[in-house]
Amino acid sequence: MNKVVANADEAIRDVFDGASIMIGGFGLCGMPENLIRALVRKGTKNLHTISNNVGIDGVGNGLLLAAGQIVHHIGTYVGENKLLEELVLSGNIKLELIPQGTFSERIRAGGAGIPAFYTPTGVGTIVADGKETREFDGRPYLMERGLTADFAFVKAWKGDRAGNLIYRKTARNFNPMMATAAKITIAEVEHLVDAGELDGDTIHTPSIFVKRIFQGELYERKIERRTVRKVG
Amino acid sequence: MTFLGHDKMSKPGKDADKRERIVKRIARELRDGYYVNLGIGMPTLIANHVPKGIEVTLQSENGMLGIGPYPIEGTEDPDLINAGKETVSEMPGTSYFSSADSFAMIRGGHIDLSVLGAMEVDELGSIANWMIPGKMVKGMGGAMDLVASARRVVVAMEHTTREGAPKILKKCTLPLTGVRVVDTIATEMAYIRISKDGLVLEEVAPGLTAEDVQKSTEARLIVSPRLKVMES
Repeated sequence: MNKVVANADEAIRDVFDGASIMIGGFGLCGMPENLIRALVRKGTKNLHTISNNVGIDGVGNGLLLAAGQIVHHIGTYVGENKLLEELVLSGNIKLELIPQGTFSERIRAGGAGIPAFYTPTGVGTIVADGKETREFDGRPYLMERGLTADFAFVKAWKGDRAGNLIYRKTARNFNPMMATAAKITIAEVEHLVDAGELDGDTIHTPSIFVKRIFQGELYERKIERRTVRKVG
Repeated sequence: MTFLGHDKMSKPGKDADKRERIVKRIARELRDGYYVNLGIGMPTLIANHVPKGIEVTLQSENGMLGIGPYPIEGTEDPDLINAGKETVSEMPGTSYFSSADSFAMIRGGHIDLSVLGAMEVDELGSIANWMIPGKMVKGMGGAMDLVASARRVVVAMEHTTREGAPKILKKCTLPLTGVRVVDTIATEMAYIRISKDGLVLEEVAPGLTAEDVQKSTEARLIVSPRLKVMES
């Protein structure tokens, strides 16, 4: 068994036109930047992306958007993207916005073999349109479906050759659930080590979920909003 | 300690004064041991006014408990951001987790207090804060999950629109974020509790009367027999 591939281009060799792809990251934090750049190079079209945000103009998923590769997007917040606005208003992209907790739970459920679940989020709002509602203990809930995809692109801080992953700080976000919810999960890591070098008690994503792994060629690790204070 | 920097959004003067009154009023609701989620914008400023002698832990829905102040210049970390995608620091005792765990905390009713802004609130406690029809939809992010499931939901907003139109209505006109979810509303004019019987005016700003507040409010206010002046 060898899960290690040389680079991002090799990792995405079988991504096809029309594929659905989950892409980790909250804004630019914890996004699989090498895989995104490789997908732009590959030029795969008609992608169905599932990601909290669509990056920002010219960065992260924003690159896929600019290259006209996305036809449908499911996310929770897209306020940072002028180009997306134009594409949605002109009818070139279908955009599905859902509550963030529902988004993360749909992916978790998809990966855990749960076809649907009930949540109180969105009851009485347009999110409830067309959905089954059911009362439990006197409170109404919406039924939401589990979500899966053809591919998941995730980014971790450390990984081993077996495919175990450890994330760092808030760069974890949606990556662990997405890793469980796709037919083929591809992980890029900042540090790739031999099996046995990571403490098994500290693994966030167990190897079973990861099909391919590689050490990213370049980490720009851009900051979306740099906020600081002065000493003293 | 200046926790989350200065109020970047307000022009100095009148707007900053309004925000300060709102933020300080809500800060007085904090209790020792609370786990609190502060929405993007004005609510984050509440962290600067935590009363002495009490300890609260700030949750960030992207996967963190224990948000600290903005980092000292030069120590900012691309892997450490809040839900507004701003760089932050961590407090002693901080923990990180996935978005699914984060929203399990929220949906599971473990967040003591959620403070967020609003475009409209009505007399039933329904809130609209994510979408204006005809304008680009940016997405609801985590707001629908927070209002549905936090133990206590407090709205921090200016009492009227910039044009002077009421924001506290008989019935919300914009697409809803949640139905019957708000517990209290704090504005620069008043502190209003939502009860089964309607909106109860509990406090008015110094120099204002209950009639003044009613004039700027579409919904009918029930004046509390214990009406007080808001401390500033």
